[in-house]
Amino acid sequence: MGLDLSGRQYANVPLQEKQRLFDEVKADLRYDDYLFGCYECGICVAACPSARFYDFSPRKIAQTMAREDVDLFYVMLNDSVWDCSQCFSCDVCPRKNSPGGLITLMREVAVKNGLPSAQQALEGYGRVVYKIMATGTQVSPDMLQDNAFPDWGPHVKDISQNLDVWRRALPPDTMHTTETSWRVDDKTIHELYLIWHMTGVMDMIKEVDEGLFMILQDVMEERLEDAGYDVSFD
Amino acid sequence: MIPHSAILKPSSRTFVPDPGRAPTEDYHELIFELEKEGEWEVQRVPEPYIEVHNKYGRTKKIPLQKTWHHKSCGQCGHIPGYSTAVFWINRKLGLDYIDPTDQTSCTAWNYYASATSNAAAQAAVAMRNFAAAAETGYFPIIHCATSFGHYKETRQQLLHSPELRRQVREILAKLGKKLVMPEEIVHYSEWVHAVRDRIAEHQVVGMDHIRATIHPACHYHKLVGEDAVYADEIHGRQRSAIITGLLQALGIDVRDYSTWHDCCGFGFRHILVSRDFSRSFAVQRKIEVMKEEADPDVLITHDTGCVTTLDQSQFAAKAHGRNVGLPVMSDSQLAALAMGAHPYKVLQLHWHSTDNKPFLDKLGIDHKARWAEFEAAVAELRSGAKQYLTWEDCDV
Repeated sequence: MGLDLSGRQYANVPLQEKQRLFDEVKADLRYDDYLFGCYECGICVAACPSARFYDFSPRKIAQTMAREDVDLFYVMLNDSVWDCSQCFSCDVCPRKNSPGGLITLMREVAVKNGLPSAQQALEGYGRVVYKIMATGTQVSPDMLQDNAFPDWGPHVKDISQNLDVWRRALPPDTMHTTETSWRVDDKTIHELYLIWHMTGVMDMIKEVDEGLFMILQDVMEERLEDAGYDVSFD
Repeated sequence: MIPHSAILKPSSRTFVPDPGRAPTEDYHELIFELEKEGEWEVQRVPEPYIEVHNKYGRTKKIPLQKTWHHKSCGQCGHIPGYSTAVFWINRKLGLDYIDPTDQTSCTAWNYYASATSNAAAQAAVAMRNFAAAAETGYFPIIHCATSFGHYKETRQQLLHSPELRRQVREILAKLGKKLVMPEEIVHYSEWVHAVRDRIAEHQVVGMDHIRATIHPACHYHKLVGEDAVYADEIHGRQRSAIITGLLQALGIDVRDYSTWHDCCGFGFRHILVSRDFSRSFAVQRKIEVMKEEADPDVLITHDTGCVTTLDQSQFAAKAHGRNVGLPVMSDSQLAALAMGAHPYKVLQLHWHSTDNKPFLDKLGIDHKARWAEFEAAVAELRSGAKQYLTWEDCDV
């Protein structure tokens, strides 16, 4: 189904709410480096992988933001931004726009405000968020399970069945791990948790996945307490 | 429709480098200026270094050794031969390096996928890792192209936002760390490019009869693209010199194809939860185009997501009768293979999906014997005779 740009689907959302979210995107320190106008040349669309498979257009993102069309912005915020590949091929823009960069900011605002569309886009992604937040590395060896990646081939089953011994068959001694991509020091993990705490990242996760937030909160507060830190993520 | 032959005809056009035309100012000047103002310390590239040039002709210093390897979670987790090959080459060339455990992921894969972070957190993660490197006296070298691109963007933000610098400096102070910006942000493939002649001097596997295509990683040459390495003699500076320079040094015939600028289809969230998109794009816009236009023996790329997507997407496509079956590996794996590295103990090719045995056959490598050697080593681990495979088991 194509992208409905009419805005009818969000007619019941107050204009002030759309404006508030738009202003939040515009207030980001990176915004002025990502948007300079639009020649409407479409070079960004020609370079965009997502535009070939979805009803998605980086040009429309740039134009919507440049025109400050808050109704259309709200449509894009909910129904378009999660199709972006974040490859930044659109940085080829002769006007020096970065539609991909604008989308990063829009996604952040969608998450921070707990929009249902963001929650839906991130369904099934919680395990990945857990890994990176809790362990400091993202795609761990133990994620390679044949039921998770049946389309990658039979080697995935071989890896999962031989995981422990094949990890020990890696010459770098930092990589004999199965739950993380490499061995990360405890002190390093504590520092990462403190960064999440000081920058409000956990508050963002709470908005889109409260269950995941609670699990992470337990893990992080316990490890920090064991290390002598008195930190609460509430 | 423009015929492929017209697109593929070698272009005589060249890009004339002019630092004055670069879209961003010279970061070197700015980072040293901020150091003078007491905003941060700058970690110098250790000598001896190798000078290369970025797109607009600015000089970039690549450290030869004393490198602190900022590993990639996707490489170490799912393609472990990728990072192992980088370390193996260092050891084979007798170069000093650190494989640190005081390192986190850049967390950018998750950021570009889920946006569950923000500019301050991302900058703090980057600068925590850089501070950890500086504490060792070794210079950071970044394995993942997304980490590399993201860190370049972070550097731009820190250069131009006193508020972000203040915020990150305060966070690091609470962690007992200083704000330290490296003089250069270096991708491992730039190091491979810089030492390609040394690699070629150690080449023991002939590759003159090999045809290859390359895929340049988006986050290497599109994110802050002016800080990527280019050379007059490679594609007339119209494209990054990385990978092509290495392959040419090894005698490989690097073949062109019309969709070289396209992304691989990784998509960050897509490769994990919307793989129909990643698979379709990788197969239809990259693999099939390469096979049809260039008939390569192997596809070489230089990033975590690109190796993953281009390799793992071919299995399902094969079931649909698509024109696939092109082995994929990193430039580090190919370089190590050329230098005689073991295809399973070092390159760890059994973690890859697409059949690479025809390629090994073409190189004259007895993969059955090499696999038997690997299995014998694994049997020793299973029996408890040994706990781990070590570098000594890999001839370095």
